[in-house]
Amino acid sequence: MFIYLQDQPRPDAAGRVGEPVRAAGADGAGGEGGGVRVRGGEPGGEEPAAAPVQPGPKKIPVLIHDGKPVCESLIIVEYIDEVWDKKPHLLPADPYLRAQARFWADFVDKKVYDCGTRLWKLKGEEQAEAKKEMIEILKLLAAELGDKTYFGGDAFGFVDVALVPFTSWFYSYETCAGFSVEAECPEIVAWAKRCMERESVKKTLYDPEKVYEFVCFLKKRYGVE
Amino acid sequence: MAASGDEVKLLGRSWGCPYVIRARIALELKGVSYDYVVEQLGEKKSELLLKSNPVYKKVPVLIHNDRPICESAIILQYIDEVWPEPGPRYFPRIHMNWFPALLKIIKVKTEKEKAEALEQSFVGLSLLEETYKKSFEGKAFFGGDNVGYLDIIFGSFLGWVKAIEKISDIKLIDKAKFPLLAKWAERFASVATVKEHVPKTDELVELFSKVLKDIWNASAPNN
Repeated sequence: MFIYLQDQPRPDAAGRVGEPVRAAGADGAGGEGGGVRVRGGEPGGEEPAAAPVQPGPKKIPVLIHDGKPVCESLIIVEYIDEVWDKKPHLLPADPYLRAQARFWADFVDKKVYDCGTRLWKLKGEEQAEAKKEMIEILKLLAAELGDKTYFGGDAFGFVDVALVPFTSWFYSYETCAGFSVEAECPEIVAWAKRCMERESVKKTLYDPEKVYEFVCFLKKRYGVE
Repeated sequence: MAASGDEVKLLGRSWGCPYVIRARIALELKGVSYDYVVEQLGEKKSELLLKSNPVYKKVPVLIHNDRPICESAIILQYIDEVWPEPGPRYFPRIHMNWFPALLKIIKVKTEKEKAEALEQSFVGLSLLEETYKKSFEGKAFFGGDNVGYLDIIFGSFLGWVKAIEKISDIKLIDKAKFPLLAKWAERFASVATVKEHVPKTDELVELFSKVLKDIWNASAPNN
């Protein structure tokens, strides 16, 4: 069994897959003599190896398991959860709770990345709009978290995996748009700190300062100032 | 899991919304009885909808024993898990983000936006044709011998594909360009449950010219 993860030094969607893959590799695939290889690529450079296995837009992350590709980060996470039958599972067993977990992970997918991009890419009124929207998004997530330890309850779960990579971006969002996530949503920051105590998260997430360097690189590239 | 005392409601639309159609086909194929509650076009959203989907305020919403499930792809997965027999079984999703581009062809205002929507649609159709050829050639449906998840996800748009072809005078699923898809579309359209739920081309064209065009022109594109 062999897993090959096409990763890139980009701390968002690819980071989300890194966590469960490394956790799987640590005792699942690794134990069976398999290997987890994380292959890096340059930002903006296309990975030629990925191209033949992935129809449509050539995007990362791509998980290649025994030669079979799986694309789209949330689909990859579900796949890992199903194939490496390790408890506790990321998705709950109850179909209704699974639907709720998928809903909130999908919400993170649809909203956080896009809004976050507008926070560093835009200026003036448009940026102010994006800031207002991001605060609303974070407040909705805080309400969903409630007083649970994780979105998954007592156990780190699917929604936690979906959202936690974006916590490395909070510093960049705050610096570019001028606000404080902790001031607006202390519960989310507290949750992020709890997640960072987990080995798999600590090892995978990018340093917020490095993310900010990356954002500055992107701003130069897009001519934003 | 499902039991005979189950109460199932589906909040939908009156205009052949593909996302709602997905949920209806899935429920019908599984033989699940449900109450279909329609949000009227152009009217204020109902209390039930606002309460059941406070985040997006959109249909479809499946309400199973008073518990709401939102987003059509997630609803399909839920239906498949709660009512596993008979098939279709959940099938791994492939890249489907381009489907809304199909409707954009008739929703957008400028020629430039229309050209972009058309291009996105053709790229998406090529992707599906390529996927079919690689992984499903020789099979009747994406689900194998029977209609599956992907058949429903894409097939729910077929009524609109034909209507858009008529309204815009273009050929989307061209037999010459997409031979496998064209044949699949014919097979899918002839499935009994599908015939009941995918609206007829002329009805959709009329709906568009008499009602939807004005609503879409007046506001931002809505589900």
